Amino acid sequence: MSKATDTQSDTGESGVIESVSGPVVTARDLDARMNDVVYVGEEGLMGEAIEIEGDITTIQVYEETSGVAPGEPVVNTGEPLSVDLGPGILDAIYDGVQRPLDVLETKMGSPFLDRGVDAPGIDLETKWEFEPEVSEGDVVEPGDVVGVVEETVTIDHKVMVPPDFEGGEVVSIEAGSFDVTEAVAELDNGEEVTMRQEWPVRKPRPSVEKKTPRTPLISGQRILDGLFPIAKGGTAAIPGPFGSGKTVTQHQLAKYADADIIVYVGCGERGNEMTEVIEDFPELEDPKTGNPLMARTSLIANTSNMPVAARESCIYTGITIAEFYRDMGYDVALMADSTSRWAEAMREISSRLEEMPGEEGYPAYLAARLSQFYERAGYFENINGTEGSVSAIGAVSPPGGDFSEPVTQNTLRIVKTFWALDADLAERRHFPSINWNESYSLYREQLDPWFKENVTDDWDEIRQWAIDILDEETELQEIVQLVGKDALPEDQQLTLEVARYLREGYLQQNAFHPVDTFCPPEKTYLILTATKTFHDEAFDALDAGVPVEEVQAVESVPQINRIGVQEDYEAYVEELKEDITEEIRGLY
Amino acid sequence: MKEYQTITEISGPLVYAEVDEPIGYDEMVEIETDDGRTLRGQVLESSDGIVAIQVFEGTSGIDRKASVRFLGETLKLPVTEDLLGRVMDGSGQPIDDGPEIVPEERRDIIGAAINPYSREYPEEFIQTGVSAIDGMNTLVRGQKLPIFSASGLPHNNLALQIARQATVPEDDEEGGSEFAVVFGAMGITQEEANEFMQDFERTGALERSVVFMNLADDPAVERTVTPRLALTTAEYLAFDKDYHVLVILTDMTNYCEALREIGAAREEVPGRRGYPGYMYTDLAQLYERAGRIEGRAGSVTQIPILTMPGDDDTHPIPDLTGYITEGQIYIDRALNSQGIQPPINPLPSLSRLMDDGIGEGLTREDHSDVANQMYAAYAEGENLRDLVNIVGREALSERDNKYLDFADRFEAEFIQQGYDTNRSIEETLSIGWELLSSLPKSELNRVDEEFIEKYYLEDDAETAEVTAD
Ligand SMILES: Nc1ncnc2c1ncn2[C@@H]1O[C@H](COP(=O)(O)OP(=O)(O)O)[C@@H](O)[C@H]1O
Ligand SMILES: [Mg+2]
Repeated sequence: MSKATDTQSDTGESGVIESVSGPVVTARDLDARMNDVVYVGEEGLMGEAIEIEGDITTIQVYEETSGVAPGEPVVNTGEPLSVDLGPGILDAIYDGVQRPLDVLETKMGSPFLDRGVDAPGIDLETKWEFEPEVSEGDVVEPGDVVGVVEETVTIDHKVMVPPDFEGGEVVSIEAGSFDVTEAVAELDNGEEVTMRQEWPVRKPRPSVEKKTPRTPLISGQRILDGLFPIAKGGTAAIPGPFGSGKTVTQHQLAKYADADIIVYVGCGERGNEMTEVIEDFPELEDPKTGNPLMARTSLIANTSNMPVAARESCIYTGITIAEFYRDMGYDVALMADSTSRWAEAMREISSRLEEMPGEEGYPAYLAARLSQFYERAGYFENINGTEGSVSAIGAVSPPGGDFSEPVTQNTLRIVKTFWALDADLAERRHFPSINWNESYSLYREQLDPWFKENVTDDWDEIRQWAIDILDEETELQEIVQLVGKDALPEDQQLTLEVARYLREGYLQQNAFHPVDTFCPPEKTYLILTATKTFHDEAFDALDAGVPVEEVQAVESVPQINRIGVQEDYEAYVEELKEDITEEIRGLY
Repeated sequence: MKEYQTITEISGPLVYAEVDEPIGYDEMVEIETDDGRTLRGQVLESSDGIVAIQVFEGTSGIDRKASVRFLGETLKLPVTEDLLGRVMDGSGQPIDDGPEIVPEERRDIIGAAINPYSREYPEEFIQTGVSAIDGMNTLVRGQKLPIFSASGLPHNNLALQIARQATVPEDDEEGGSEFAVVFGAMGITQEEANEFMQDFERTGALERSVVFMNLADDPAVERTVTPRLALTTAEYLAFDKDYHVLVILTDMTNYCEALREIGAAREEVPGRRGYPGYMYTDLAQLYERAGRIEGRAGSVTQIPILTMPGDDDTHPIPDLTGYITEGQIYIDRALNSQGIQPPINPLPSLSRLMDDGIGEGLTREDHSDVANQMYAAYAEGENLRDLVNIVGREALSERDNKYLDFADRFEAEFIQQGYDTNRSIEETLSIGWELLSSLPKSELNRVDEEFIEKYYLEDDAETAEVTAD
């Protein structure tokens, strides 16, 4: 945030605390606008004006308020809650108001979060090697790239003319070493472009238009890429009860999604889950470049025990950072775990404001806030003419696992991909526990051309084959529950067997297996072809009079379940198909 | 310090008083009643001229003439290593006739959040000696792993068994940091309290324990303080004094009831089933006080116990808990009536930190595969039991029958062990392999082929093959 960086744009507007109740403080005589950042009390705790009524301003405070008393001062900065945008965002870990947690640790001298300590979102002293991309005499407009710096080994950071500049002719620009506050280019109207921009988090960054997304965000997760793909620029929700796999799925996406940039927002969830990312990501390889994953990642960690007001804002901090890299022409994927905690933070603040509650105590504007958030995702034409995308994937934590609650329902009205997690599957350790009957992706058809062109011609055909078998299994299972499997005709028994391999070898994927954890689309496809080979051969055998037990006993078939863990899967599948064919044909 | 006799309203556990000086949010308050008692409380809301005070001991006996003193600071607990071996009431006053406690320091009981950047990821295996936990839902140092139980079930026996048996195999060799137990009781009966105390005394554990007791007939509001005292003590012992601390909190359900009572008294908009909308945040502020910190030798491991009202795990108390903790252990009524000890149902149970705490060099190379396979097999067998009731065993295939047998043996041999048996992880895994070897090799698709070679008991396999034919 900007306190530490601004030449205290304190307009001298200060008021006095009237009341304190948890994260909500009211102040008298504070001349603030809505969403202005203020500093509360003797310790200068950071807060934001969220309601103004007569001369009383209500403030949500981003830090703990114990001991804060009426009569203490409140100072207005006159600036809305903003993030610092510039090189240094990647490979960083922030709290909900973009204070770098590593810097806080040093400044506080303690592993426990103290109060009243601030730090800029990006380091102000680091020198970056600036390479101009325009020359003196060129005319630049808002959004235009004037040069680049290497932010990390993976990412070239484009230095852009801020959207709220006028633009003009470049009168001075040169290569060299600069910190983020120094001008790297000067325009004829006196505007100076620095590497650092500030942007109010609650305001979407401008763009030219949103386009229909046509490229998949490849996740390396079979059930996602294969059955329920999300597009680059798409939206998805992962609702599920506790322990069903929301976080593991989000982590898998953060690790393996073929985005350029990952913004991971841990919103009101566990501390150790963020620590896991901090420890693992620097070690893990980005599947796209082979560089450390952290080099493309920015983390926002406002865990469940951190102040609830900062939890409310962490989602906005995340999406604003995502938009900034989108403006550079990158494909950004944002994961928010969990949007329910964000909604609950809204509810908590709202109830302290004694607002009229809507459904289940959530504020009436819950649906509006959710859709404003997901609307900031999309495949965009940027104001500088480049194309970039923000994909938004939100975990939802429905109380009692009941999807009929307001956050799940309002989210489903907006997002186009629904990955429904299922507690029963999780109990059976069928992972990922994504229910294939309930989930859907509205991007499926519009992404098929990409898969056909880049993976295989019959991508959609073989997928349909798998879906049909799984559907048939669901129907047959109902009968089996009444009469047992042996009472079914042989062909139906065989369908069940094929479906079992689809479930075990295709739908299931072990996130903790070094090889299985990531499955390229080619491999996803090959697993299906092997299963289909078994299906086709087995039915031929059945037609030729071979008893179903004999077909089921074919020794090589269970190896279908082991394709996932094969590194050299092409040869393995090739051989397996041959073995299956040979063995089954040997039966008649 | 100024005294006020300005109480304007008394409502449930809350007292409102007029003040003419600024009073800090969360500040401590003392209220002296007519009959000379001193009650303690905390500021819940502070406005210009009026404050709302939550009284820990309850408001009975307070009238408008009572005098109110503001102590100018938030609730603090005196901490010292000498707390080990001591028994306190639910608000931190010693009740054991021991010597006066000379504090080394006074700590705010609210406790600041651990910076996620400063945490160290927990991955040291704790051997509890209980197969259903060690084998299937491994506990690691710094984890928060609650027991989801219900009334009338033996969760206390399990908690005590864990407290008695927990060791870290590596440490036994190297002689690492010392082990301590902090026990926080909220609203449990005298009888239950005795059960814990006697066990602590019998095993000599009391010496390395700190006990905070809020019993069923103690004030309900005090229960909101008790776990914070316990955790403040635990953090001090772990992060200042290098102890590995195991915190047992029981019963979290009583804690949540107290929260609900305060919420109702404040006329807050209630959340699900009348519990406050901020209960998730409040519980997180307790449960997240478990963990490891980089550069500190000690650790805080939490085993909170809760009883699910109506055996319903969608009830807000278990639900919100499960959303915050790193897994949960379910005590199962049906297994209990079958006489299984401990009656842990592994299927809905989970340890989220298991994956990093097990495997080669930690427990054993095949651990993860064995656990996965047993889960899948037990789930499959369990599932088939319903069907058997309808169609009978004969209508099931050979394969299905094997799974049914597996499920029965799994309960009788793996889960069942008694509260006094302490199994090493090796023993646990070898029971696992005995059971898995009753299934044909081709069914073990979650186990690496190399481990099947190494651990599968071939004898059983042959019989398995024969019956299959
Ligand atoms: N794809 C997966 N592969 C293996 N295990 C998984 C997978 N997804 C989830 N799990 C298991 O389920 C547990 C709970 O998953 P998690 O994502 O933390 O659940 P949630 O966030 O929904 O509470 C994990 O600790 C892990 O053991
Ligand atoms: Mg989660």
